[in-house]
Formats: sequence, structure tokens, C-alpha cells
Amino acid sequence: MIAGDPNARAQEDVTAAKPRGPRLDPFDAVLVFLIRLFCGTTSRFLCNVDDSKPRVYFANHSSLLDFLVIWAVLPPAQRAITRPAAARDYWAANPIRRFFAVTVFKATLIERRHPSQEHNPLQDMLQVLDEGRSLIIFPEGTRGSGEEMGKFQSGLFHVCRERPAVEAIPIYLDNLSRILPKGEVFPLPLLSRVVFGPPISLQPGESRDQFLGRAQLAVAALETA
Amino acid sequence: MRWDSEMTALAAGVLAVLVVATVAGFVLRRLAKSDSARASLDNLNQRTASWWVMSAIFALSAAVGQTGTMVLFGLISFFALREFLTLTPTRRSDHRAMLLAFFVVTPLQYFLLGIEWYGMFSIFIPVYVFLLVPISSALKGDVERFLERTSEIQWGLMVCVFTISHAPALLTLKLPGYDGENAKLLAYLVIVVQASDVLQYIFGKTFGRHKVAPRISPNKTWEGLIGGAAGAALIGTGLWWITPFAVWESLIFSLVIVIMGFFGGLTMSAIKRDRGVKDFGTLIEGHGGMMDRIDSLSFAAPIFFHLTRYYFEGARAFPFSLGP
Repeated sequence: MIAGDPNARAQEDVTAAKPRGPRLDPFDAVLVFLIRLFCGTTSRFLCNVDDSKPRVYFANHSSLLDFLVIWAVLPPAQRAITRPAAARDYWAANPIRRFFAVTVFKATLIERRHPSQEHNPLQDMLQVLDEGRSLIIFPEGTRGSGEEMGKFQSGLFHVCRERPAVEAIPIYLDNLSRILPKGEVFPLPLLSRVVFGPPISLQPGESRDQFLGRAQLAVAALETA
Repeated sequence: MRWDSEMTALAAGVLAVLVVATVAGFVLRRLAKSDSARASLDNLNQRTASWWVMSAIFALSAAVGQTGTMVLFGLISFFALREFLTLTPTRRSDHRAMLLAFFVVTPLQYFLLGIEWYGMFSIFIPVYVFLLVPISSALKGDVERFLERTSEIQWGLMVCVFTISHAPALLTLKLPGYDGENAKLLAYLVIVVQASDVLQYIFGKTFGRHKVAPRISPNKTWEGLIGGAAGAALIGTGLWWITPFAVWESLIFSLVIVIMGFFGGLTMSAIKRDRGVKDFGTLIEGHGGMMDRIDSLSFAAPIFFHLTRYYFEGARAFPFSLGP
């Protein structure tokens, strides 16, 4: 974190006001165990995220399980404050999806089709960070086939520009596209892997496309890590 | 299954070996001088710790009885299959075929074993499922690498489910004068296979110079193979009293187990080498995954099962004919 940065100080104040340490929710504990068992998930951390600072996690996206697996392998203190950003047009489309997104996983619903003053995706995401929570975003915007990553959308760039002190952590998700591909209902009990890379941040004078390209490479580079 | 004095002696023997291995590993680790020796002993001690857990699980399932043991092997197959299919590059169109493999074929194979429908048990996967898998994938209309993908699923089911299910199938064999004692035959198979693995590892680490197949595995040496095979065959022969075999029969059967086990390990290493990994998984500390632990059992179990079956129901019952 950059010393003397006003954003950094603001965040420390916010997190200081929150109770520290992992929240021991038995429902969460059971859910975490089941997700990790079923997805046979192993994790590798090339960065330290074991505290309760708000962060932005961004990952390749190929399965509905992606968010769940990231959430389940996070250290407990981070897990307690981490929320997914979910597409409003998909997750609010019917009561069942809305129940899972909003009630169970406490997702922040993001308008990806028709942004408006009322539903401004960037403001919604910044607000989550300002409340001292971490955010999981999938910059491809939609689930891919798992073979090639789609082009990153600009949301990640705007968040990193507006909150430069927040660490942006690249995550590579391996094999989830085979466990539950787009369009399938029943997941396969194969093994999956989650790799957390070192944080990246927006460099001075870096353009949107340069930054997004670098962010995408940071995720791709973790495939062989 | 019946618990008799031989079972008690066997359990005491396994316990004694584990205690000796644990103490020896601890002392040697304290005495180790070089970093590489320490690393080897750490790995060995991790393996011993895993052996305690595996022996406990095995004993527990045996205590529950025949059903408990079959459920245990069913779970072993399930976990091995997930590791195997994780490593094979199947496609989206194989999703349904793989769902069937995990949630229908695997439980059904063990169910057929449980109800002792031997005829169906022995052809279900090699005949019915063999044909069902390509049908399921073909209906999806995806032709890319079709033969390769189909074979991978069929192979996974054969080596993780079909062959492994022949280990608990020993419990269902009707052998003259051995009624209710079959649990010991299963223990015999598992002990000889695993002793062979452990001894090959120890002899290989200690004396290994000449590699059997350097392109497949740098750890498999002639010294390890011969030392491990001789040692395990000796242990197997020495365990003749828990089997329905005479001493010399026990020697031959344990040699068959050891040799098949070695080739099982070698074949699985070739698959791992092709896929560019060292282990199938990370489930068992010091051992890698489930599949790394049972690769030798997968090749030894069906051969041991059928040879025992033919020998007692065929050759021995009718000494002058070639078959039943």
C-alpha cells in the first residue's frame, strides 16, 4: 500500500471499525467443506491475502462454480468480507437465482447490459470496496469454454484507477470448465486448482488497453504456476 | 466374514510393522547427516503416517463386514477415477458420459458385487459400459479426437473401477475349506502388493543404479525391482497360513501379485509421464493421489482373483484337466 495515499488511509479506517478475525459461521464452514470436497480443490498462493483488507480478485471465468471455489479457498478473514459481483440480468432473472445470489452468497448485482444513473456498475463496485469488503470480478464478462480466455472488459481498469491503493489479485481457475461447463446442470466430481498470483496495479500513464492486456496476461501466466 | 485367531495374529503383525517403521523412521531422521537423506526420511515418515491412517480405515471397514469393505473399495474407485479423468483431456461433449461413469457405473459395479451376481459383475463394464460410453458421446455429435476421448473414459473405468473391484470380489469366492475366511485372502493381496511397493521404494532408494525404463520413471530400478519383488514374495510365502494355499502355491501367487503390481506401477507412470505430471493427485500425504497408491493393486487384483478362482475351481479340483 502506498504511504500517504488518502484512499489507503480511508480504507484502514473502515476496516479498523469492523470486528477483526474470522467470523465463525457454521453454515459457511459446512459450505466451504462441501465445495472443496466436491471440486477437489487445491490452492496455491503466490501472494499474501491473510488479513481483512479489501481487495479486488479477478479471474478467468468458465463455470458457475468459479466464484464458489475462490470464496471457499480464501483464508477465513478474507472469506468473511469477500463478495462476488454478479450480473443482474442473469442472477435477478428469476426468484431461485436471486435467492442464491442475494440471500445465500450476498452478491453485489452489477448491471452489465443497461447501465444507468441508478444502476451504475462502477459505483456499485466502488461502494463495496469502500464498505471494507473484497470483490470478486470476472473481467471476461461471461463464461467462456475454458479453452481460451475472452477479452477483458473495462470494469477492472476503472476500479483500479478509482481505488489505486486496493490490491488487484489475479486468479487462475483450472478445470472448472470441465466440472460444470456452461449449459450443464450436474457437476462432475473432477479435481480443480486455484492459483492466486502477485497483485498488479495501474502504472502511471498506462492506457486502459495496456492495463487490461497486462491483467489478462497476469491471469494466463498462472496456468503453469 | 469371521474373526479368528489368524486374523488377530495378522492384525498384530501389521501393527508391529507400523510401530517398528515409525520408531525407525524417527530415529533415522534424528541421525540423518545430509539434506538429501533428511528429505528422503521425511518423505518416508510421511508415508508411514499415511500407512497408519490407511491401515485404520482398512481395519474399520473390515470390522463393519463384507458390505463395509465393498463400500470402502467403491470409494477408492471413485476417488481414483476422479484423478484419472482429471488428467485426461476430455471435451464438453463427454460430460454426460462421465456423469454416468461416476454416478451410475461405479456404484452399479459394486452393487453387482454386493448381490454377488458374478456373471453380470464380470461383463458389465467390459461389455455393456464399453458400448454405452461411445454411444453417449456420439449422440453429442462431436467428432474431434473421438476415439481418443472415448478410450480415455473406457480406460478410466477399467483401471479405476473394474480391476479394483476384483480385490473385494475375493470376499465372494467359494473356496473349499476356506468358508468365512476370505477377508484374509483380501488382506494377503493388499499386504503383498503394498509390501512390494514399499520394498521396491526402499531397495531402489538404497541400492538403485540401473533403471528399468529411464524414459518412463527414474525411480524404477532393477535393484529396486529385484529386491522388492524378492522381499515381498518372501513375505507373501511366509503368510501362507492365512491363505487357502500350500507354501509353494503361496510363493507362486505372491510372485504373480508382485510382478503384476510392478507392471501396474510402470504403466501408470507412463500415463503420468505422457500427461506431464509426477503424481495423479495430492490426497494422501507423501504418496501423491489415490491412483498413485493403487496403481499396482489395479493390475494385480483381477489376475490374482481369476487365477485363484480357476486354480481352485478348475485345476486343483480336476488335477488332470486344463479347465473346469
